[in-house]
Amino acid sequence: MNKDLVAASATPLVLAILAEGDSYGYAIIKRVAELSGGHLQWTDGMLYPVLHRLERQGYVAAKWSASESGRRRKYYRITKQGRAQLASQREQWKAVDGALRGIWMQACTV
Amino acid sequence: MTTFADQPIEDQIAQWRTYLRRRQAVHGPDVEELEGHLRDQLAALTEAGLGADEAFLIAVKRMGNLDALSREFARAHSERLWKQLVVAPEADAPSNTSRTEMLVVSSLAVAAALAVKVPALFGVPLNPQAEVPPFYFRNASLFVLPLLTVYFLWKRGSNVASGLWLALAFATGAVLANIFPFRPGSDTQKLTALHLPIALWLAVGFAYVRSRWFDSGRMDFVRFSGELAIYYVLIALGGGVVTAFTFMMFSAIDMNPDWFVAGWLLPCGAAGALLIGSWLVEAKQSVIENMAPVLTRLFTPLFTVLLLAFLATMAWTGNPINVKREVLIGFDLLLAVVVGLVLYAASARDPHAQPDLFDGLQLLLVASALAVDVVALTAIAARISEFGFTPNRVAALGENLILLVNLAWTGWLYARFVSRRGSFASLERWQIAYLPVYSAWAALVVAVFPPIFSYR
Repeated sequence: MNKDLVAASATPLVLAILAEGDSYGYAIIKRVAELSGGHLQWTDGMLYPVLHRLERQGYVAAKWSASESGRRRKYYRITKQGRAQLASQREQWKAVDGALRGIWMQACTV
Repeated sequence: MTTFADQPIEDQIAQWRTYLRRRQAVHGPDVEELEGHLRDQLAALTEAGLGADEAFLIAVKRMGNLDALSREFARAHSERLWKQLVVAPEADAPSNTSRTEMLVVSSLAVAAALAVKVPALFGVPLNPQAEVPPFYFRNASLFVLPLLTVYFLWKRGSNVASGLWLALAFATGAVLANIFPFRPGSDTQKLTALHLPIALWLAVGFAYVRSRWFDSGRMDFVRFSGELAIYYVLIALGGGVVTAFTFMMFSAIDMNPDWFVAGWLLPCGAAGALLIGSWLVEAKQSVIENMAPVLTRLFTPLFTVLLLAFLATMAWTGNPINVKREVLIGFDLLLAVVVGLVLYAASARDPHAQPDLFDGLQLLLVASALAVDVVALTAIAARISEFGFTPNRVAALGENLILLVNLAWTGWLYARFVSRRGSFASLERWQIAYLPVYSAWAALVVAVFPPIFSYR
C-alpha cells in the first residue's frame, strides 16, 4: 500500500483504537492488522514515534504499569483533546471517502 | 512481555537492545518500550509454532530498519534531534559537505567584514579619533543579517521565491533606516538602531526554519538564537584578548595601533564573528548544546530571589520607583530576561516529564516578575500622564505591555501545568506562537515612530 496513505491514516486509526479502550503498542498493531484484514501492514517500530508525537500534542496520555508477565509496559489512553481531534479527522476522512465512492459508483454504472 | 527460558534468544535480544541504545534519538524508556514489543511479538510467533531463531528474525524484521526508525524518533522528538544530529546521513549525501560549508561560511564571514568597510568608500568612514557616525548604528544589522540569511538559504536549499521575499524584507529595513531625516542625536534614531535588528531577526528565522515554521521549527530557532548568543560572547572575549595584546605589543615598539583596532579589528571582527558563531552552532551543536539550559537553571533561582528581595524592600521602606529613562529600559530588560529564562527552560525540557520543584520555582519567578512589573508600569503611566509622550516612553511602555501579556498568560499556563490540570506542550505552543509579536512591534517602532514623533 502507498506509504503516504499509510502514514496519513495512522493518526485516526490509533486514536480510534484507543477510543475503544486503553491499550499498548503491540496490541494496537495487532488490532490494526485485524481491522484491515492484514491489508494494512505497518512496520511495527514506526508505531512508537506516532504514539509519542500524539502524546506530545496532548491527544493521548501514557502511563507505565506492570503487565501480566511482570515487566513494565507503557499504556496509552486517549484524552479529551484526542477525542476532539478524532472527530475532526473522521469528518475529513468521510469527505474523502464520500468523494471517491461517488466517482467509483459512477464508473461502475457506466 | 515474556522472558525467555532460551538463553540464546535472551542474548540476541540483548544484542538488539545494544544496537538500539546506540541511536541517540531513541532514549532509555523508548528502548524498553520497543523491547517489550519485540518480546510480545516473539512470544506470539513461537506460540504459533515457529523456532526461536526464525521467530527472532521475523520479529526484528517487522520492527523495521533501525536507521529509519531512529530517524522517525528524532522527527517526533525534535529536541533530541537538536541534541545530536543523529539523523543518520542519507545514503546519497555527498561526503564533502562539511568542507564546502566551511568554505561558504568563511567567504560569507569575509564578505560581512568587508561590508562594514564599504560605506567608507562612499564618504562615511570609521574614524578612530572622532565619534562613530550614527549611520553605522542604524545599519549595523544590515551588514551581517542578510549574509547570515544567505547562509541559511544555501544550507537549507530554499527556493528563489522565499529568497526574494526575504530580500524584500531586508531592502525595506534598509530604506526605513536611511530615508528619515533624523535630527542629530535624536531618540527616534537610537530607537531605530535598537529595534531594526529585532525586526530583521524574524527574517533570519524564516530562512533558518524554512518550511518547518508551523512545526517545531520555531523552538529550534529559539535554541539556535540562545546558543549563538553564548558563542558570540565567547568569541568576543577571545577578541578582547587579541585586542589587548595588539595594544601591548605595538605600544612596546612605539606604534599606535588605534586606527587598526577601531577601524578594522573591532567592526570587521564583530561582523564576521556572527557568521562564524552561527556556523559553530550549526556544526558543533553537541559541544555546547546544553549551555543555555544550564545557565537557565543557574540563574532562575538567583533572579527569583532578587525579585522577591526587591518587592520585600519596597514594601518595607515604601520607596517609590524613581522613573528615569534608564529605569524604563532597565525594567523592560528585566522582563526580557525573565521571558528568556522561561523560554530556554521550556526549550530544553522534556515535554512529557511531570512537574517538579524547578517548575514551581519558575512559576514563582514569573509571578514575582509580574508583581514587580505592575509596580513599574504604574510608575511609567504616572510619568506619562504627568510629562506627556516621548518616543522612548512610548517604546518602553509598548515593550513592557507586550512582555507583560506574555508573562501573564505564561504564569496562568504554568500554574495549570504545576497543578496538573494542563500540559507543558500548551505552554511551549504559547511561547513560540508569541515570538513574531516581538518582531512586529520592533518593525512598528522602526517604521512609524520617527515620523510620528517628527524625528525627535
